[in-house]
Amino acid sequence: MTDVEQLVAQATAEFAGIADAAALEQVKARYLGKSGKMTEMLKGLGRLAPEERKLAGAAINSAKERIESALGARRDALRRAALEAQLRAEALDVTLPGRGLPTGGLHPVTRTLERIETLFRSIGFDVADGPEIEDDFHNFTALNTPENHPARSMHDTFYLQNAPGLLLRTHTSPIQVRYMETHKPPIRIIAPGRVYRVDSDATHSPMFHQVEGLWIDEEVSFADLKGVFTDFLRNFFEKPELRTRFRPSFFPFTEPSAEIDMSCVFCGVNGCRVCSHTGWLEIAGSGMVHPNVLKAVGIDSEKYIGFAFGMGPDRLTMLRYGVNDLRLFFDGDLRFLSQFK
Amino acid sequence: MQFSEHWLREFVDPPLTSAELAHALTMAGLEVEALQNVAQPFVGVAVAHVLVVDRHPDADKLKLCQVDAGQGEILQIVCGAPNVAVGMKVPCALVGAELPGVKIKAAKVRGVESFGMLCSARELGLSEDHSGILALPDDAPVGEDIRTYLALDDKLFTLKLTPNRADCLSLKGIAREVGALTGTPVKLPAIRECAVGSAQRRAVILDAPAACPRYCGRVVSGIDARAPTPIWMKRRLERSSIRSISAVVDVTNYVMLELGQPLHAFDNARLQGGVHVRYPAPEEQLLLLNEQTVTPDPGTALISDDMRALALAGIMGGEESGITADTTELFLESAFFAPDAVAGKARGLGFSSDASYRFERGVDFAATREALERATQLILDICGGQAGPVTEAVAPEHLPKREAVRLRVPRAEKILGIPLGAEVAERLFSGLDFSFRREGDVFTVIPPSHRFDIAIEEDLVEELARLHGYDNIPERRPRGPLAILPKREETRSVWRLRRLLAARDYQEVVNYSFVDAAWEKDFCANPDPVVLANPIASQMGVMRSSLIGGLVNNLLVNFNRRMERVRVFETGRSFLRDAAGDAVAGFLQPKRIAALAAGPAAPEQWGVAARRVDFFDVKGDVEALLAPLVAGFERLEHPALHPGRSAAVVVQGRPIGLIGELHPHWVQKYELGGAPVVFELDLDSVLQQVLPAHREVSRFPAVVRDMALVVDLGLAAKSLRETLAKAAPSFVQDVVLFDVYQGKGVDPDKKSLAFRVVMQDTEKTLSDGEVDAAMSKMIEAASRNFAAKLRS
Repeated sequence: MTDVEQLVAQATAEFAGIADAAALEQVKARYLGKSGKMTEMLKGLGRLAPEERKLAGAAINSAKERIESALGARRDALRRAALEAQLRAEALDVTLPGRGLPTGGLHPVTRTLERIETLFRSIGFDVADGPEIEDDFHNFTALNTPENHPARSMHDTFYLQNAPGLLLRTHTSPIQVRYMETHKPPIRIIAPGRVYRVDSDATHSPMFHQVEGLWIDEEVSFADLKGVFTDFLRNFFEKPELRTRFRPSFFPFTEPSAEIDMSCVFCGVNGCRVCSHTGWLEIAGSGMVHPNVLKAVGIDSEKYIGFAFGMGPDRLTMLRYGVNDLRLFFDGDLRFLSQFK
Repeated sequence: MQFSEHWLREFVDPPLTSAELAHALTMAGLEVEALQNVAQPFVGVAVAHVLVVDRHPDADKLKLCQVDAGQGEILQIVCGAPNVAVGMKVPCALVGAELPGVKIKAAKVRGVESFGMLCSARELGLSEDHSGILALPDDAPVGEDIRTYLALDDKLFTLKLTPNRADCLSLKGIAREVGALTGTPVKLPAIRECAVGSAQRRAVILDAPAACPRYCGRVVSGIDARAPTPIWMKRRLERSSIRSISAVVDVTNYVMLELGQPLHAFDNARLQGGVHVRYPAPEEQLLLLNEQTVTPDPGTALISDDMRALALAGIMGGEESGITADTTELFLESAFFAPDAVAGKARGLGFSSDASYRFERGVDFAATREALERATQLILDICGGQAGPVTEAVAPEHLPKREAVRLRVPRAEKILGIPLGAEVAERLFSGLDFSFRREGDVFTVIPPSHRFDIAIEEDLVEELARLHGYDNIPERRPRGPLAILPKREETRSVWRLRRLLAARDYQEVVNYSFVDAAWEKDFCANPDPVVLANPIASQMGVMRSSLIGGLVNNLLVNFNRRMERVRVFETGRSFLRDAAGDAVAGFLQPKRIAALAAGPAAPEQWGVAARRVDFFDVKGDVEALLAPLVAGFERLEHPALHPGRSAAVVVQGRPIGLIGELHPHWVQKYELGGAPVVFELDLDSVLQQVLPAHREVSRFPAVVRDMALVVDLGLAAKSLRETLAKAAPSFVQDVVLFDVYQGKGVDPDKKSLAFRVVMQDTEKTLSDGEVDAAMSKMIEAASRNFAAKLRS
């Protein structure tokens, strides 16, 4: 082996043995520096004959290139190794929990109300609101329920002390009266809210929610009521096969009136514990707006027809999420509520 | 309304099973709430006659009976019942019988052969009575199947009737309805005028004709009030949940169930003079049959004789004129009391009666006399005696009017959304026995006297829809002109606020709007809350004027369940007295959004030092809730809150709510462990936002300089910041407080506030000179106003 080749082998071997970038640079100087071995060799060229000089020069240059390349390769290897070591050292236990605040949640009935609003807004229903301390006129009289009407005994009403004629609304229907007092048909609204009745047991709460719906226009029919409400229920429960059953009933403010049953969401119509083995669940009251109600707010009852419905979002929530006790909604127990994110 | 199916089918017997009949009624608006068997299924039980009763040779408590069960041979049966006796008629389960849960076999009982079992009511599944063998009447036919004899294959229908359908509070009415629904003929009992066998009578005087426009009465004398009620009548009453009392009372109840007309029987011997329907004298008292003494209000009509009040008209009879076992003469009343005169009266006195329930909903005013004849006949049949002539007093002008109601078939079709046709309408009205006249598509209907719910065209539309079948009306997708619902961009939806608070780890709750009066006092210093007249419980007696009490209660409830960290929010109305009021005069009912945070600021987690949630954590939540609106926070004294750690939240110069730590006093009183931080804001104010407006972004570099100013400890950071901002030239974009320091290097009565000032011009790059001048100007203003010194 020539000296040149030996030098290349020696440098390559030496580079490979170095594990530290600074040391590598020092060793580099020994070969390629101003007084390094390669430089010495180049200086030695002058002593050679011109023919030899050319050959030896080429060999030395080639060797220099190869040493530089070996150096570069070693530099890269060391850099890679250093980076790998750094990454290894920086590695985290990614299974440790994330930091910061978790999230809270909405009340289950509120979730339902939001869903009801969204569904009805999609077919052009606006959302209306009204006071919870109501007067007798809006809660009863304007809804065709005069004093001593037997229908009043269907509502066990909370009254205010020393405020004759004032009460806590027993249903959301007064909102439709207030809305009709200030808006002209066509009217298409839902009115969600809290309502109050003197009643408290496993299936009744003295405060609960209702959502009232009202559509008044020149061409609105009972068939539309059936269509809209059935469509709503199918979409609310996301069950296209859900069926409804409208039964004649009585509410002072609608005529004809209908109780709405839906096929049990747990068993179809086969019968189970939830539907008391009937296959049907009572879900809402409804009907065509009574002409006296329209007259009370100055709407021409010959020109306009309307339908109205009232449903219990608490019950819808119970059915949707499988909650079996109404009282859980108003207990404020975070173990229960936090299930509804 | 509960009744026996057998009874109904005696009047109308459509070719439907019980379940089909129930469904037909439900779908016609007479909701069948329950359909039950009278008795559980069993077979092989016959009526038996007990011939011999001997002692069992080997058991003191057992008896050895010989009975004739009509099987052609005498059966030997061992029986343990205490009441078994010779001559009794009893139910006997024969060998091979299947009772609820038992199969009867021939067996040896203590060494003696027994061929059957004598049964108690419980063993037959009829009731819970197991005190002895069920004793049957002496005339029970030996050998007859007990199910036939006791009519045990009957079913009970329970109707949940709506208030408009009083006409179906009787078997007659239900039969009429079933007839109309199924097209089956209705056969009602024939009612004849009873032969008058006595001249005894009483005058009837209508002093309150509006309350009682028709009154029929008659004397029935010479009766035996101790006569037993026939078993068939007892059975029907029992199957309508009416207890048998005595033959006369049972007859009045029976006729009420059969025809819908409430009746009353007075002991005629205790009456003096004529019978009056009148209003009470002031303070007039009456002892009722339910042993309640009442002082009826002036609008409640009474039945009286010449001397004293006898009964509350249409509501309940009086104790003193009631019939007893010794009664021999009756004065029988069948009257029409107007719904308005009876409505709400019984409820006002705190009870309800079958009579008032019917009268306030409407009783057929054309069938008053018929019911009296029916009852008289039954009493004569059961108790004997002679009927006097009927005295009928009528005030025709006060009888309910039956005005003609017009029905236009096209209008009905429009309301229902289906083609119906005049022919169908005619068929349906005929089925209902309505009298009507038809001219083309228009019907003129006179409502019958038993219907109190037909006054306008829509009422007839309902009748047509009901009989046609709601099921036969299609579900239609409505059509209408489409219009976009207005949506104001400046008004946020409450859903966004809810989601925002939920994202910041608050859980929504729904608390009662009525609260404990103590909460109003403690958390709102409200001595005069809105009080409920009839609260469900005393601690739910007043309407809340703030949502905070409910949230504190949520904390308490969860804290007691060992939940350390509680973060809850609620939106809802609060209720305040106000001279003017908003929707309802005298009251403001603003909606609020409120939250409470207590316990550790964050759930326990690695790498984060635990600390309690504090004012500033929650203040950050309020700021986030309001953003991009920027709120000011001003010192506030509020009874619920720590005076040094509470603030009014001010937006655009207007206070919209409050934030603060709960006052230590309440933390102690309610045993909360630690002080929660609460806020409550007016919801509408939070929902109002401003539309974003573009401002040009500078292309020139921004210069950032910091300054730390030493000021008095008590100085509000906000005041200093505002002074700096005011003194700053227009190119100062922002002045932000980024550090508060007290401690080494700063006097104990001072603090250091560090601000970062961001400067940027839209026209040019700022020179060092301009920047230095701006800083000096600001420092000088701080020094002038607050003696602030630059911290070195």
